[in-house]
Amino acid sequence: MSQVKSIESSNDFVIKFANVNGSGSASANELFARAIMRMGVPVAPRNIFPSNIQGMPTWYEMRVSAAGWLGRRGGCDLMVAMNPQTWDRDIAEIEPGGYLFYDSTKSLPRSRFREDITVLGIPLTEMCNREYTDARQRQLFKNIMYVGALTALLGIDFGVVEKLIADQYRGKDKLIGANVNALKLGFDHAIANLPCPIGLRVERSNGVGDKIFINGNDACGLGAVYGGATVAAWYPITPSTSVIEAFGSYCRKYRTDPDNGMARYAIVQAEDELASIGMVIGAAWNGSRAFTATSGPGISLMQEFFGLAYFAEVPAVIFDVQRGGPSTGMPTRTQQSDLISCAYASHGDTKHVMLFPEDPYECFTLGAQAFDLADRLQTPVFVLLDLDIGMNDRLCQPFDWDDSRRYDRGKVMTAEMLDSGKNFGRYLDVDGDGIPWRTIPGTHPTKGAFFSRGTTRNAYAKYSEAGTDYTYNMERLRRKLETAKKLVPAPVLQPASQPTRFGAIHYGSTGPAMAEALSLLEARGIHVDALRVRGFPFADEVIEFVADHDEVFVVEQNESGQLRMLLLTEGEIDPKKLIRVLHYDGTPITARFISGRIADALSEHKVTPLRKQVAS
Amino acid sequence: MTYLAKPRLLRADAPRNAVGYTRRDYEGAISTLCAGCGHDSISAAVVQACFDLDIEPHRVAKLSGIGCSSKTPDYFLGASHGFNTTHGRMPSVLTGAALANRDLIYLGVSGDGDSASIGIAQFAHAMRRGVNMSYICENNGVYGLTKGQFSATADKGSKSKRGVVNSDTPIDLAALALQLGASYVARSFSGDKEQLIPLIKGALRHRGPAFIDVISPCVTFNNHAGSTKSYDYVREHNEAVNRLDFILPRDKIEASYPPGSLRRIVQHDGSILHLRKLDADYDPSDRVGAMNYLQERQALGEIATGLLYVDSGAEDLHRHLNTVERPLNQLGDAYLCPGSKALEALNASLR
Repeated sequence: MSQVKSIESSNDFVIKFANVNGSGSASANELFARAIMRMGVPVAPRNIFPSNIQGMPTWYEMRVSAAGWLGRRGGCDLMVAMNPQTWDRDIAEIEPGGYLFYDSTKSLPRSRFREDITVLGIPLTEMCNREYTDARQRQLFKNIMYVGALTALLGIDFGVVEKLIADQYRGKDKLIGANVNALKLGFDHAIANLPCPIGLRVERSNGVGDKIFINGNDACGLGAVYGGATVAAWYPITPSTSVIEAFGSYCRKYRTDPDNGMARYAIVQAEDELASIGMVIGAAWNGSRAFTATSGPGISLMQEFFGLAYFAEVPAVIFDVQRGGPSTGMPTRTQQSDLISCAYASHGDTKHVMLFPEDPYECFTLGAQAFDLADRLQTPVFVLLDLDIGMNDRLCQPFDWDDSRRYDRGKVMTAEMLDSGKNFGRYLDVDGDGIPWRTIPGTHPTKGAFFSRGTTRNAYAKYSEAGTDYTYNMERLRRKLETAKKLVPAPVLQPASQPTRFGAIHYGSTGPAMAEALSLLEARGIHVDALRVRGFPFADEVIEFVADHDEVFVVEQNESGQLRMLLLTEGEIDPKKLIRVLHYDGTPITARFISGRIADALSEHKVTPLRKQVAS
Repeated sequence: MTYLAKPRLLRADAPRNAVGYTRRDYEGAISTLCAGCGHDSISAAVVQACFDLDIEPHRVAKLSGIGCSSKTPDYFLGASHGFNTTHGRMPSVLTGAALANRDLIYLGVSGDGDSASIGIAQFAHAMRRGVNMSYICENNGVYGLTKGQFSATADKGSKSKRGVVNSDTPIDLAALALQLGASYVARSFSGDKEQLIPLIKGALRHRGPAFIDVISPCVTFNNHAGSTKSYDYVREHNEAVNRLDFILPRDKIEASYPPGSLRRIVQHDGSILHLRKLDADYDPSDRVGAMNYLQERQALGEIATGLLYVDSGAEDLHRHLNTVERPLNQLGDAYLCPGSKALEALNASLR
């Protein structure tokens, strides 16, 4: 037996499931994650999947954290090794003192195991073959069976999982019975043959509270419903596809006319991303709230249209669920690498509004807000989430909505306003905020019509190549983007426990790992103020935060430090002040990584003045 | 030269249509195209068609792509909202606009470069999707704004102004439209307003994708000997299958045609298309027949014009999507936002 002491931990460990893609494991694994959540223990699952439908390896990593850390931790305390293809690397990944759960039907030589881990085998295939004749059932119930065994091994209440299955298959009693049966076979076998519970345990807690469990793409779709979107045009692309699927399913639920069953929305699957954004722009030009969802390659394809929407000043909302680039890159891995291609999208001088949600809650709130901003500013608004938030279920605060809130449709001139003699110049800055008034087609029989175009024009929308007309317009657009700074969501400050000259700026899905990293650093006596940026163009507070600190770490999930580039350009900041902390291998960033990098940089930093002293 | 305002002098006795507008109310800015350009004749035909149909100008949305043809929406219907989009992308922008407000009339103007080359995908998908629109392609076989390159509709063997012979196979957009499911397909010639105006009227009153391929000679770059899109060539090779008379439901129907040569088609809105048949065998309700006919005529070097196909009972994109009758852009907050109660229930299901 091993000399290493087995890991003992209650409500704080990482389980990883190694499965074969397409084997039905995802729903069983999700069921298990929900069971832990129902025990009141925060859990953060992540699906690490290939660009494949069937056969390739896939992993489901589940971080259980009583403290509520939802970022990826790294490492693995219990490996559920269900994929022979990846066996060796899966075994190697287990922490010393960790645990291995596997299907022991076929005996394996001792050399395929490790001495420093606890091995827990159950003959799952044999049990399934005995119990079921149908091949598909054998596969699916094998998954439920290991969930049953793990329930016993981790000391989870059997009743909790049983109830979860009943909730999931409500109305389909046959399925409930069959699933509970498989669950019980696994549970009973583990109780009878294995040392239950092992050192890793799930104990009842109240760490979940009223939090909800949902993924960011679903939350974006819901945000679009609440934000009043009526037209969605899209082209399928991983990892954004489920944004539209969710929008469709929420629309069927909430936007079907109760009187006649007709749709208060339109969803069109376009022929490509160019057509998707074209339809969005056409619909928004005509007064509907419209959006698309895409990922990096789609952003590249839509560039020309972003320029048109920017210059012709047409609202548009784009959900960009970022994945690894460039080119096809890593379609099923996460990154924050589309900032630059969105911020200044299209040829010529442009600048675009971007929002960075941290989790599904913000995917919902910022997603809905994006439509107000797009209408108010008459320009494209990009909601930049990423695969890590978009496609993984995440615990987050419950959604809320103020029923007294009304959509801000921005400066839309009505027939009454035109009749009252208001001067209408489509590109005239009458209010000094750079935002002109617009009319919706069909508004008035004789007043307010104009010709939208991507070519230059004067303030009254008449074609003009006069330099003065062009510069008037460009300067007004700059003013408009200045106005945007005050309208985008404000950054969120997390001050250190004591005054410090070090700061860290981060955004989007880095939030949970950053919060944990700050706590790890505090424990080591390193104090860092953190600012989570939620919008672009940057609010003044963002640039002030940099000014208020001697050195600022910019923590991002891309290779070139794209937010840092934007800070340098927009804030005219000394590049030496902004230190890159970059994680970009396609896996979600971890607290260990961030705190390690910052601690290393600061320890180097402390050495520097000494050297200087010696030299002088 | 569009910054010059068009003189608004109007004769007091100018005829007004049923909605009180004069023909001048349907005009736009002064054209900046070359003198004699076929496209200007098409603009004039659009003006006449809208005037005749008693369409209020503000109920039309006119959209275009990029190119000489796509500039023309500025030159007609000055009281309509217009959108000069990007090259080859008019169909998608128009589709979005049509989704937002099903009550307006959508007129898309494009050219052969815009539709048959850079925008062929969007052209194809707008047709197959059933967007309720009138799509006019002003087809001159040449890139005018960039000074005379062949477009994808240029005939094989056709000679450019510089003497280069086109060796690529031409794309016949009308044939494509038929194959892709357009429910109103016509071809005409910009120099033949008697044929063109009724075809535009029929398209504007048609529900579903209506496509008109209008051969429109480019006087500057494609009107020479050796071109198959010159005024002379098209006049010589024009084979009209029928002549259309468009009749609004309120008009008196005159039966002045010899029996057997007339075909009457009632569109969904009650408007009537009277087809004077010029080719006795031609049946405009037979999609497959129309496709065959076009191929046969093309092989003979003839340009078949007229109403090639119409399905007066066609459905459109809104019908397919089952959208509410009220335009989506007019639905208020209460119709769109499910509110906090629904959210509470949803939260409960996510625990």
